[in-house]
Amino acid sequence: MNGELGWKVGGEQGEGIDSTGEIFAWTLHRLGYYAFAYRHFMSRVKGGHTNYKIRVTDRAVGHHGDDLHILVAFDQETVNVNWDEMVDGGIVIADVASGDVQHPETGNVHFCSIPLTGLAKESGSAIMKNMVAVGVTAAIVGLTPEDFLSVIEDRFKKKGQAVVDSNLSAVRIGYDYYNQHFSHHLQLPLRPVAIAPRHLYISGNEATALGALAAGCRVLAAYPITPATEIMYWLVKYLPEYGGVVVQAEDEISAVNMALGANYAGARAMTSTSGPGFSLMMETLGLAGISETPLVIVDVQRGGPSTGLPTKTEQSDLYEALYGSHGESPRIVLTPTTIEECFRFAVEAFNLAETYQCPVILASDLYMGMSKGSIDSLDTSSVQIRRGKLVTQSELEGVSRGEFKRYQVSEDGISPRAIPGQKGGRFIALGNEHDEFGSEMEDQSMRVLQMDKRARKLQSFHELSGASVSGPKDAQITLVGFGSTRGVIDEARTALMQQGLIVAHVQVSVVAPFPADLIRPYIAGAGTVLAVEVNSRGQLADQLRLQLGYHEKIQSCLKYDGDPMLVKDIVKRAKEVIAVGSVN
Amino acid sequence: MAVLTDFKGEKPTWCPGCGDYGVLNALQRTAVDLGLDPEDMVVVSGIGCSGKLSAYFGSYGLHTIHGRTLPTAQGVKLANRDLTVLAAGGDGDGFGIGMGHFIHAMRRNVDITYLVMDNHIYGLTTGQTSPTSDPGFVTKTAPKGAVEFPVHPLSLALSAGCGFVAQGFSGDIPQLSAILKRAIQHKGFSFVNIFSPCVTFNKQNTYEFYKSNVVKVDDDPEYDSANLGLAMAKIEQTQSIVTGVLYEHNRPTYEDSVPNYSKTGLATAQHVLTEADFERLLTQFQ
Ligand SMILES: Cc1ncc(C[n+]2csc(CCOP(=O)(O)OP(=O)(O)O)c2C)c(N)n1
Ligand code: SF4
Ligand SMILES: [Mg+2]
Repeated sequence: MNGELGWKVGGEQGEGIDSTGEIFAWTLHRLGYYAFAYRHFMSRVKGGHTNYKIRVTDRAVGHHGDDLHILVAFDQETVNVNWDEMVDGGIVIADVASGDVQHPETGNVHFCSIPLTGLAKESGSAIMKNMVAVGVTAAIVGLTPEDFLSVIEDRFKKKGQAVVDSNLSAVRIGYDYYNQHFSHHLQLPLRPVAIAPRHLYISGNEATALGALAAGCRVLAAYPITPATEIMYWLVKYLPEYGGVVVQAEDEISAVNMALGANYAGARAMTSTSGPGFSLMMETLGLAGISETPLVIVDVQRGGPSTGLPTKTEQSDLYEALYGSHGESPRIVLTPTTIEECFRFAVEAFNLAETYQCPVILASDLYMGMSKGSIDSLDTSSVQIRRGKLVTQSELEGVSRGEFKRYQVSEDGISPRAIPGQKGGRFIALGNEHDEFGSEMEDQSMRVLQMDKRARKLQSFHELSGASVSGPKDAQITLVGFGSTRGVIDEARTALMQQGLIVAHVQVSVVAPFPADLIRPYIAGAGTVLAVEVNSRGQLADQLRLQLGYHEKIQSCLKYDGDPMLVKDIVKRAKEVIAVGSVN
Repeated sequence: MAVLTDFKGEKPTWCPGCGDYGVLNALQRTAVDLGLDPEDMVVVSGIGCSGKLSAYFGSYGLHTIHGRTLPTAQGVKLANRDLTVLAAGGDGDGFGIGMGHFIHAMRRNVDITYLVMDNHIYGLTTGQTSPTSDPGFVTKTAPKGAVEFPVHPLSLALSAGCGFVAQGFSGDIPQLSAILKRAIQHKGFSFVNIFSPCVTFNKQNTYEFYKSNVVKVDDDPEYDSANLGLAMAKIEQTQSIVTGVLYEHNRPTYEDSVPNYSKTGLATAQHVLTEADFERLLTQFQ
């Protein structure tokens, strides 16, 4: 079984599907396995198909896997939607409560009809059907009901011991029922022997929020939007413990300007949003650029345009992050490629915003933000707070009021920055073009000096390498992705190499400033370059062409149907482009 | 102690006679009278002739984009509650493009003061209809006269729960300064609408008009600014051509209502998590 097991539970939205998945995932995680969970859901509160896929592995992965070994189906639609994912030898558990569940005649799958809801009713309540399903799963994979105890206790002990007991007994009922009636079993991967002290089960959004807290961010101004709201939820819980505040703004225009105002005044503040909200923030990106005010915007991308696919993943805001807003102003665009990087980059976003006095866009996506995965560490010990050219009161000694050159035309393009309350630092931050003191003006030579100064500031950017690279520079095919696709591309590379191909992988984690020097040799030397991205236009491929050239060898593997990229999508497309290449 | 010249910024470039000079003068006086330090103050201004106020006043300033003074100013205050924070802008800035923020800022009640220099016209863009333009008022964008019902800032503020609602006139600096003093001292969001004539593009809402028509609440010995009903009635009777503090009511500020929000300026503190903090925070993921 290749050290992994794919499990999925599906049914109608609002019926506890998520909590079934979470109980299973948490249990495996605590036993030392690595769980990666992807939620498929719809933009409605009740009804509609939802499912929760968990991939269990013996090592950390960044993908929910193409294959499904066990499917727990609470209704017919779950079978219909997910059947194709089933591997030969897989097991489908169908609840008979919704009638006689049918299945296609394709594939070699064990189909087990079990009265999940009926058994739950016998044990006290129909809502326990989820726990019965957990028990059935335990029986299939060789876990015991007791393995689930710690997770059940954590979830239900607030409600009293009786609730804990009845949940556990529902697990036992499912477990016993399966063992009495069926004999198909599937194996979990080998259980890792040692569990890392920081074996964490965490989502990209949670890691981002924790990173912001660690960076000293104490103000989050945001407006609710899927898939970014979890950042708000997490910080609503923890910012007050550190004196901070989450403001639910009246809209995203307000949110981003609050964040800008708070940064101007010297606090670390951010806003978090997704595409529609990000679009509303465009004018303020320019203000932050020209007024040289630090600003951190988290954009957890989802399917666009407009309201698009609100609960589906996409990587289609890259153009907007790079070019959105009128006029020309510098910005930094970070696209974390792992959950760990969500944490590290969130910390770094604040440092970079203050160092370069410009907006930093941390662009993850629904897949990265809402999927949870087991990881083995978060590097909290290397968290640093760097505030750039913030002047101290003693540096302002002797500067008479009105003489502070906030927009000094400096060699590196970055000027000293004072914050309100500091004596001698008075200045006006402004969106109009200005002189070195921050006085609005239209003098042509000063305009050019200020434009050039702002354009220059990112030339010294050195804090992040901007990409991770693996494989040879002269590969037959080099797979290039950005952000959340790192895990899937890495697995596609392995699969292609197993088929005898020489494959390299470049995963871009900083799109602006673009890490051209690091990437160039992998593009220059490659036979074919395949830019893998979850959008329809090939926005990353455009950057590669713009920054590096090599138009003739850059091909695209695109997906924009709402589902995340799969390993087989990439493998198939890679073989297509290589086949074409070898004919030419 | 700071003196008047300490509150002077750049030399103003408003048209001679512009009402905004009166607002600037009154604000400078107020700051001196309150013993404020210019560098403990921030003026966040919008886009418009009125938006130049931040540059001409001697405090720290943030000249933001059109209509967004209020969110920005609230952000400044939340970052550092030890500062005195003012937002200032025009009637277009505040009641046109920025209207949504106005209502929500009043609900939220962050302790800032909002000055609207209301000239019933778009000044900087050289004379278009504004949300407070009188019906029938002829402008470049309404050559046959304005047809939309105007915004009534005072009654709007009262109904939005604003704890301090006042109106001043830039032709009466002593009164305006007295109003601003109370507004800044008010704990919570305070709103001061100011008749600030645009001498260049508005020949209707002029100094002369206000001088001969304005009713002062202070002239009414029966008036009680703690009484919401009286405030509503006064606005109704005077068709809003009234000056003074119409209503003042203390309700807890946002800063004091948000659980556990820092009692001192966030901007001036160190925010470092210890390894013990991380251990505690990470247990939820284990
Ligand atoms: C988003 C945006 N739209 C339009 C403008 C153009 N604009 C600048 S000032 C202004 C109106 C100014 O009127 P008001 O706010 O009443 O200020 P005043 O000049 O009268 O003081 C407009 C429409 C702009 N700067 N930004
Ligand atoms: S155009 Fe009107 S508002 Fe603007 S400066 Fe001149 S008088 Fe004042
Ligand atoms: Mg105006």
